[in-house]
Amino acid sequence: MAITLDREIGQRQQTWVGSILSSQTFWVLIAVILACIFLSFATDTFATTRNFYNITRNFTFVAIIALGMTLVIITGGIDLSVGSVLCLCSMVLAVVMNAGYSLEVGVAVSIATALLIGAFNGVLIAYLSFPPFVVTLGMLSIARSLAMVVSNNSVVFQFGPDHDLLLSIGGGAWFFGIANPVIFMIVLAIVTGFVLRWTRFGRYVFAIGGNEQAARLTGVPVNGIKVTVYMVSALAAGVAGIIQTGWLGAVTTNIGAGMELQVIAAAVIGGANLAGGVGTASGALIGAALIEVIRNSLGLLGISAFWQGTFIGGATVLAVLFDRIRNLRQSE
Amino acid sequence: MAVLELANVSKHFGAIQAVNDVSLALHAGEVVGLMGDNGAGKSTLVKMIAGNFRPSHGTMRMNGAELVLHRPVEARQHGIEIVYQDLALCDNLTAAANVFLGRELRRGMGPLRILDYKAMYRRAGEIFKELKSETRPRDLVKQMSGGQRQAVAIARTMLSEAKIVLMDEPTAAISVRQVAEVLNLIRHLRDSGIAVVLISHRMPDVFAVADRVIVMRRGRMVADKPIAASSPEEVTGLITGAIEQV
Repeated sequence: MAITLDREIGQRQQTWVGSILSSQTFWVLIAVILACIFLSFATDTFATTRNFYNITRNFTFVAIIALGMTLVIITGGIDLSVGSVLCLCSMVLAVVMNAGYSLEVGVAVSIATALLIGAFNGVLIAYLSFPPFVVTLGMLSIARSLAMVVSNNSVVFQFGPDHDLLLSIGGGAWFFGIANPVIFMIVLAIVTGFVLRWTRFGRYVFAIGGNEQAARLTGVPVNGIKVTVYMVSALAAGVAGIIQTGWLGAVTTNIGAGMELQVIAAAVIGGANLAGGVGTASGALIGAALIEVIRNSLGLLGISAFWQGTFIGGATVLAVLFDRIRNLRQSE
Repeated sequence: MAVLELANVSKHFGAIQAVNDVSLALHAGEVVGLMGDNGAGKSTLVKMIAGNFRPSHGTMRMNGAELVLHRPVEARQHGIEIVYQDLALCDNLTAAANVFLGRELRRGMGPLRILDYKAMYRRAGEIFKELKSETRPRDLVKQMSGGQRQAVAIARTMLSEAKIVLMDEPTAAISVRQVAEVLNLIRHLRDSGIAVVLISHRMPDVFAVADRVIVMRRGRMVADKPIAASSPEEVTGLITGAIEQV
């Protein structure tokens, strides 16, 4: 009896390989790789350094924000304001630097703006029990409007004394010819992955998404964690905004419009569950990559850009469909 | 000496008298069945012990010293643990993660302290072994049976030196075989010197495992006697009011 009990308790439910094979992220990654292989043969232009450079740089902004969004989604929330927050943070940075301040000041003010917006969202959601959808929908409108207010709805392309430095941060490739935004994305993904897996904060994020009431009863500081998560989401949007400003070299008040939907799609394709409790940092990256590969390939294959939405939407539904099928099988 | 003593405890919410002048004592290593119809005041009584409510009147004493609880966390600090009716588990986490929820073990120093998975798996495994429950620390709670889920919830109470464990309907909505498992878990807690309060509607379970039965009706305690000196018929009568008081 004692031996069998020991063995039973010591047993792992799944092997290492088994858990990889059952993860949505893994299959989406396979899809991305297959698509890349197919496109390398089907077109002459896909497998070129230049195109890879374009792809990686394009999807990094969505991926960075998707990292923050994944945290929010794991707690069972949603943040619709990220596109507008990206725009506002870019514009704040641009306006401050345009007024002659240094890059440091511009970045500090921009980050502070992001954190303030995130805290505002989070406090309404956590302490006043507003539905996340409503709060962040409101912020979607507010942040973009504020971006127009601070810039007087103009295009900013002069960034004062640190102009060149900013453009080099966003557009340069300081290490091994890898575009800087990609470096930022990888570093942030590693940090996010580490936090989710190895810190108590990460554990609580999952616990809140799994059963908020249980988390409260066991003494998890639910409200504080929720506020932090929305601040992280806004921060991710702010950081993406800063890097994107350097990459584009100009800021208009319509950047990031509709981006929230791409970001959410990336997180969901990567395996985050909108019902809460499930999601990974690597998933956010891979989901964003799949979206970009689809976009890129349609162009290269000569398919009209009007079809983009259909394919990206289809991929989102398909990814969730696979997840549903797997859950059905498990529950049987 | 009693682990916990309640002296003339009452609780009213506005005009509603939920618990009226209840005095009782809990001793180490005994299982007390707390019975009563819906709205009889069982939950309110337990919530006062758990620190969710403060009594309107009366006092609580723990090991002779007066006990005033403002929040559930304080109850836990005093060694009072609760197993909630819905078990308060996160389905998306592993058994070990649930056992340690809110009290994670960490290693490292300062702000760089990381979760100590190994230690938590090991400790959770030890507790499950002690409970003689076939529950694997690495399994997701989502995939567990009702009995295993109970084991996870009960394992939580064994992390610290619990003196009193309050269990709210632990045998409701689980299969017969699992009920036996849970009753064994309760006996195990008792044998390790813990005072267990078992709130239940199920007469057979209370008579199988409890040493003493307390019956509440309309906020008043109408019986507090050894289980051997009572019978299911008598308790039913007390619950419904067919028997006034013993």
